[in-house]
Amino acid sequence: MLEIKNLHATVGGKEILKGINLTVNAGEVHAIMGPNGSGKSTLSYVISGKDGYEVTEGQILYNGIDLTEMEPEIRAAEGVFLAFQYPVEIPGVPNVTFLKEAVNAVRRHRGEEELDAMQFVKMIKAKTEELGIAKDMLKRAVNVGFSGGEKKRNEILQMAVLNPKLAVLDETDSGLDIDALKIVSDGVNQLRSDERAILVITHYQRLLDHIVPDFVHVLAHGKIQRSGGKELALELEEKGYAQYGIAAE
Amino acid sequence: MVMQINATQPFVDQFDDVQSRLPGAKLPWLEAFRKAGIEKFSKIGVPTIKTEAWKYTRLPNIDCKEFRSANLEDGQVAVNAVAKFLPDALNQVRLVYVNGIIRPDLSNLINLPDGVSFEPLTQALKNDPEFIESQLSTEELKYDQGFSALNAAMMESGTVFRVAKGVQVKEPIEIVYMNGGTDEPIIRHPHNVFVLEAGSQATLVKRHAGIATGAYFNNAVTEIVVGDGAILKHYTVQTDCVEAIHLSTVNVRVGKDATYETFNVAIGGRLSRTETRVRLEGRGAHCNLSGAYMMRGREHCDNTTIVDHLVPDTTAREVFKGVLDDEARGVFQGKLIVHKDAQRTNGHQLSRALLLSDRAEMDAKPELEIYADDVKCSHGATTGQIDENALFYLRSRGVPEALARNLLIQSFIAEALEEISDENVREAIASLVVHWLPAQCFVADEWVQA
Repeated sequence: MLEIKNLHATVGGKEILKGINLTVNAGEVHAIMGPNGSGKSTLSYVISGKDGYEVTEGQILYNGIDLTEMEPEIRAAEGVFLAFQYPVEIPGVPNVTFLKEAVNAVRRHRGEEELDAMQFVKMIKAKTEELGIAKDMLKRAVNVGFSGGEKKRNEILQMAVLNPKLAVLDETDSGLDIDALKIVSDGVNQLRSDERAILVITHYQRLLDHIVPDFVHVLAHGKIQRSGGKELALELEEKGYAQYGIAAE
Repeated sequence: MVMQINATQPFVDQFDDVQSRLPGAKLPWLEAFRKAGIEKFSKIGVPTIKTEAWKYTRLPNIDCKEFRSANLEDGQVAVNAVAKFLPDALNQVRLVYVNGIIRPDLSNLINLPDGVSFEPLTQALKNDPEFIESQLSTEELKYDQGFSALNAAMMESGTVFRVAKGVQVKEPIEIVYMNGGTDEPIIRHPHNVFVLEAGSQATLVKRHAGIATGAYFNNAVTEIVVGDGAILKHYTVQTDCVEAIHLSTVNVRVGKDATYETFNVAIGGRLSRTETRVRLEGRGAHCNLSGAYMMRGREHCDNTTIVDHLVPDTTAREVFKGVLDDEARGVFQGKLIVHKDAQRTNGHQLSRALLLSDRAEMDAKPELEIYADDVKCSHGATTGQIDENALFYLRSRGVPEALARNLLIQSFIAEALEEISDENVREAIASLVVHWLPAQCFVADEWVQA
């Protein structure tokens, strides 16, 4: 599903990604672990197409098509989803309006009928119940005044309604206490499926106790230094990133 | 864009020409009032770049001769229908003017509630001249701006709205001024008088719209009295055409425990300026002066407010938000004056502008003048651009860029619309905002209710 080949990317003229190779198949969950500054968030932004993140070499193939020249909204409509490390607050836009616009934009792109207000509300209510999300989160402005846990739950709700094929979770555990972490992880686990690939980007191993990956990759100095199974995460927890030339924090 | 030095004289000449044909010409007090107006205007003249209150709003290089006075024929310009604003289910009481001339065929007074008098100024001068005299005579000397003095001299149209003591009118009443479509550009000087007697309540929507493209000049003055315990909600919807000049001065006196709420939405117009001056005269008086403007091309919009807190325990709130595209320009000047006796004044003022282009410009000048010692006043002014992070967030969820921008603009303005307490009016204005948005893409026209 996702095939990253020799990916180099710069931010503000500085090379951050220096030749990443990674293949993720449908049904798999991959974790990318790395210290601060290793290029984890850059990788997630490059996959989702944020302005200012320039691919200088290599390819990101998504079901065989190169994503790098695609607008972010087309990527999203094609089934690429990024759960933000810091979800953005948008005052004045009710969350439910935002979700409806997003769902219908994606449906238009896919040639499906748009949902009218009634159909949408029915669908969204079912999803919030499934994920155990309070309904008042729908009425409030997007992420405004949301707690850290609510923001991350809102990301999972968006993921659930947009039904992506490839989901990238950027530091989903940051800012969460143990209870919130468990709720968010349960949400992600509900969305695991044979048709979907998930890329979990994290600094710490603890998230991987809840979302158990099939593969773990260590990212440092803009390159994947090592790949392995879930046991690699445990090893990192024990030994730290020092063996990859990174000083302990 | 520098004002001509001889700009004043042509207006004076125009007054001399039409003086004898102006309404109420046989009323001695009105004649005296007009004379005081033209003398004041001759002295002050049209504002120049040196006029402090007009520092950021320079009149385009207008030649008064470009604008002739209107005649009865101008009122017969074809208008198929008045653009709908409020839902059909409401009473639909309205007076419609075309180029300042009342159009009974487009107006509707069938459901006019008891205790409300609502008629053109020309008619009121015939029916109840004493009342108009009682309202005008108090204002003879107060006009200190050139154009409001000129209005005093030239007033030839406008509306008188009066609500009797204790009468509460639930549904909005509309005044629609439609201008344009004449052979040559015309100038109008409408003078409105709105009086809410003690304990009464009403909602008034004043709309200004262009009929066709082409220039016209509207120089309005509105005198408002909100009696003790009364509530007036006064909304102005200005959708003048791109060549129009729209100047408006609104003077308001608010009595004890009375509320004056106004919201001014401005969409379009080569130059529009609304100067609202409120005197909070009674204990517990409150005003909310807010507005939204959306300008593109080379349009210019100026909201100037002056609030005098004269007695203890008065409150004022102002929220203005605007969107400026292309080379459009916005101006906000807000002055809160807390007089010596006005203890426990509470004043809040906010101006926020969103610039969609590098060439757009916003000038904001909030001012506080405080002479009392126990007051709570705040003001803020910001000018910014579309939040790139919010834009990317929306796009990353599949929302196309143009629609995402529109959503962010819409939400920016929506915050100001919350100041409008009448739900029907708020919704009607929200849909005007949607129509202004760049149309090249699908627009979210319904805020979904969960």
